[in-house]
Order: sequence, then structure tokens, then C-alpha cells
Amino acid sequence: MADQIDWIALTVFLFFFILVTVMGFFAARWRAGPVSEHLDEWGLGGRQFGTWITWFLVGGDFYTAYTVIAVPALVYAVGAYGFFALPYTIIVYPFVFAVMPVLWKVAHSNGHVTAADVVLGTYQSRGLELAVALTGMIATMPYIALQLIGMGVVIKAMGLTGELPIVAAFIILALYTYSSGLRAPALIAFVKDIMIYIVVLVAVVVVPAKLGGYGTVFTAASDAFAAKGGATGLTLKPSQMLPYATLALGSALAAFMYPHTLTGIFASKSADTIRKNAVLLPAYTLLLGLIALLGYMAYAANIKVASNNDVVPALFKVLFPSWFAGFAFSAIAIGALVPAAVMSIGAANLFTRNVWKSYVNPDISHAGEAAVAKIASLVVKLGALAFILFLPTQYALDLQLLGGLWILQTFPALVFGLFTRWFRAEGLLLGWAVGIVWGSWTAWSNGLKPLASIDLGGVSYVFYVGLGALILNVMVAAVTTVIVARISPRSAMARS
Amino acid sequence: MWVLLLLPFIGLLWVPFYNFQEPALFGFPFFYWYQLAWVPISSLLIWLVYRRQTPDEAP
Repeated sequence: MADQIDWIALTVFLFFFILVTVMGFFAARWRAGPVSEHLDEWGLGGRQFGTWITWFLVGGDFYTAYTVIAVPALVYAVGAYGFFALPYTIIVYPFVFAVMPVLWKVAHSNGHVTAADVVLGTYQSRGLELAVALTGMIATMPYIALQLIGMGVVIKAMGLTGELPIVAAFIILALYTYSSGLRAPALIAFVKDIMIYIVVLVAVVVVPAKLGGYGTVFTAASDAFAAKGGATGLTLKPSQMLPYATLALGSALAAFMYPHTLTGIFASKSADTIRKNAVLLPAYTLLLGLIALLGYMAYAANIKVASNNDVVPALFKVLFPSWFAGFAFSAIAIGALVPAAVMSIGAANLFTRNVWKSYVNPDISHAGEAAVAKIASLVVKLGALAFILFLPTQYALDLQLLGGLWILQTFPALVFGLFTRWFRAEGLLLGWAVGIVWGSWTAWSNGLKPLASIDLGGVSYVFYVGLGALILNVMVAAVTTVIVARISPRSAMARS
Repeated sequence: MWVLLLLPFIGLLWVPFYNFQEPALFGFPFFYWYQLAWVPISSLLIWLVYRRQTPDEAP
């Protein structure tokens, strides 16, 4: 890639960046509420978002900038296997439809702001509350760092070097998140998502037209994989099928355990808002599937990159005029701001409610909660920034992978309690610990690959380590519950 | 009706069922258009279940 600054692209980029910055600061007054007086206002936007706002917000924060960069990069590198993001983001919605409205009702009627609040309310266990809160915060940090990486990739593509631009962008983001709370990303998500839709729809029509149609695109990719060899290709190798399916299932179950996606759920106006969104959000998945194909289009366009993550920016630079490339890059960069903001808000809510309120100042006022959360969101973002500036990028990627398996271990504590009170807190806590330790250790000893293998009857099965850890987690939780129930039968008054 | 929600899981997680190149559609190998087709199908299935359930009294 050329290293000179592309002034036209940069001008377009700056225009949109300034636009969303102004929107971010003005968002505090949008559907105005007392932003600094109650955590419901700063951290959940007043719990009033209807179907369309929720659609843009959750869509904007679940399908992140990093997705737009990394999914095509993986598809470019390995082919079909990289497509697991597609089944993952389809099967997540029947799950959201069945579970999230129930969670919303519990949270709404008890004033819960975080997943850990819900768990504490259900089990009255401080230990389980802390486990869920810490897992959420730790899993979110590297996720924010990845958004920075996504933004860095497009900034670099415009010829800007050094770390100053990304530091500046992030400080601006931190400031308007501080002042406006969840209203800022909710409002910016409108701009971001409309821009991304335009970019992708143009790309999936224009790019194949320039390259000779989808048939040519797939043939070019197929030839490239045939030359490359190994576990690549347009379809999965037999050994990749179980990893593909288990990665899709495990990722789908983990997706709505993250603080940022749950913040979108808790901020909705009603359970019905969430159900309608389960019907409407798959539109983004269609977009994701088409974005993934950009990885194949790069072969048809004869693009060679030093790092796979540069595939999408390189493709846009080669095939589009500067102004449209600039538009696409701003869409991706703004696409990093929305999830980064919501993630820092979700983590800040956890810190405020489940660490600060639980352990430092139990008598904190509503305004005090909002103040603590605002500062926590700054600390979280600066932490992610320092992470990217001072540690190798690979650490963020590895930690994000581990974060996915960790957050999945909070599934039993958060979801089971919505449908049954059979499980005991002790069991869920032990299951969580065993899942995290076994999963991390297995991933670590496999060189931080997300896969584990098991030998059954002489046949070796390879599967997603997070899902294996979840199964172990549930088994430990069930066995422990049986034992605890024997030792201390539940008294009638203990449960409400 | 709720059983409809399980169909996307079966259709997408049973990979040997769709891990083929042929038949292609508009240049897309089967593996790709089959999975993409599940997006609107899943939406439709969720909508069917949504339509049949009673509305909440919640705000």
C-alpha cells in the first residue's frame, strides 16, 4: 500500500468524524433525562429505547468494526472456515428471542442494571455476583482494544502513520461518552449503520461487476486456495466440520453474555422491543455474510497484503475512487466508536454496581452511582488504549479469544436462573471456576488456539474449547447442587 | 410453535448436510447460499412464533 496521505479520503473521513463528535456531545440532550443524576440515565439511556433505536444500537454494537476487518481477513486466509461467523450470527437470534425478553423482565421489575445485579437478585450470592462482574469486565477490555485495532487499520490505509490519530480519536470518544452516556453511541449508531449499509451494498454490487461476477470471485479464491494448500478451501475439510459447528454454537451462546450486548437489552423499552429485534436484527447478519465475501473478492482483484487485516482497506483503495474509500473508512472507524463506547459503559456499570456499591460504598446515591460509572468508563478506555500502545497487538487478540471463553462461563449463572431455581449458587460458582480454569489451561497449552480435542473410542474429536468448558461447567454445577442440597436442604423462607 | 426456533440450529449446526460446492446459485457455491438463505428463513420462523404468542401487559 502506498504510504502517502490520501487527502481526499482523509477529508471525507474528517468530515464524518467531526459530525459524529458533535452528535456525541449533543446526545446528552436527546430524549433528555437527568444524565448525571441516575445510572439508569447515563448507563442505560433512560431505559426507553424502542424498536428502531434498539435495532441500530444492538446492531451497531454487536457487529463491530473489528468484524468488518477481521471476518474478511480470516475468510481471505482460510476460506470456508472463516464463515462460522455466519451460522453464529443466525442461531443467536432464536436464543435472543427465547431468553432475552425474560431477562429484560427480571431486570426491569427489580431495577437491575447489569448481569451481575440479576445474578445477585436471583441467588443472593455475593461470590457469584463478583464472579459474573469480574468476568464481564475482564472479557470486555481486550474487546475494546480490538476496536482500536480496527480503527488503526483504516487510519493507516489513508496514509496516516504514528499513534497520534488513534489516541486523539479515542480521547474524543472518551469525553463524549463521559458526558452523554449511552445516548451518545445510540445516536451515533444511526449514522454508523446507515454508512456501513451503503458501503456494503455498493461493494457487493460494484465489486463483482468490476471483477467479472460472483462466479469469477469464487473461482479466483478456489484457485488461490488450491495453490496455497493446507486446511483452506471453499468448503470445509472433514476435520473442520465439528470445530466450525461448535465455534458457531459457543459464540452464539456467549454473544449476549457480554456487558455491551446486555446493556443494549437492558436499555430497551419493553420485552416486546427485544422480540421484534430478534426478528429484525438478522438483516445485519446478511450484511455480515456479504462483508465476509470481501475476503474472496480480494483474490479476484489480485490484492496482496502484508497483514491479512489490510485486505478490506486495500480492496476499497484499489477498486473505488478516493472519496468513496474515505467514506468506507469513516464508516469502519465510526463503527469502532459505537461498540467501544457501549463496551466501556457496560464495564463501568458492572464496576459501579457490583464492585463499588457492593464493596466500597453500599449507601451510594443514584447520582453517586452515575459519577462513579462516568469515571470508570474513562479508566476502562484509557486502559484499552494503553494496552494497544504498549503491548504487542497479538496479546489483545489472544485475550479476546480467552475473553469469549470466559464470558461463556457466566451463561449458567445468568440464564438458568431465569427458568429454574433448582441450581444452587455454590454449584454455579464452582462450575464457573472449573470452566474458566479448564478452558484457559486447555487453550493455553494448545498455543492459544480456541480448539480442544477429546478421544472417544479411538476417534479424536476437535471442538471449540469454550463450549467444552461450558459443558464441564454445567456438569460441575449440577453435581455440586445435588451434594449441597443433600447437606443443607433449602428452607422454605430462603427463596422468594 | 416454539419448536420452530430449533430449526435454524439443526439446519446450520449439522455441517455435513451443506458442506458442498454444488448446486451453485448465481455463482455462489451451495455452502454459501444455503447458509445465507437461513438468514431470512430464521427471521421468518422467529416472526411466526412471535405472532402466535400473547402480547405482554408490560409497558
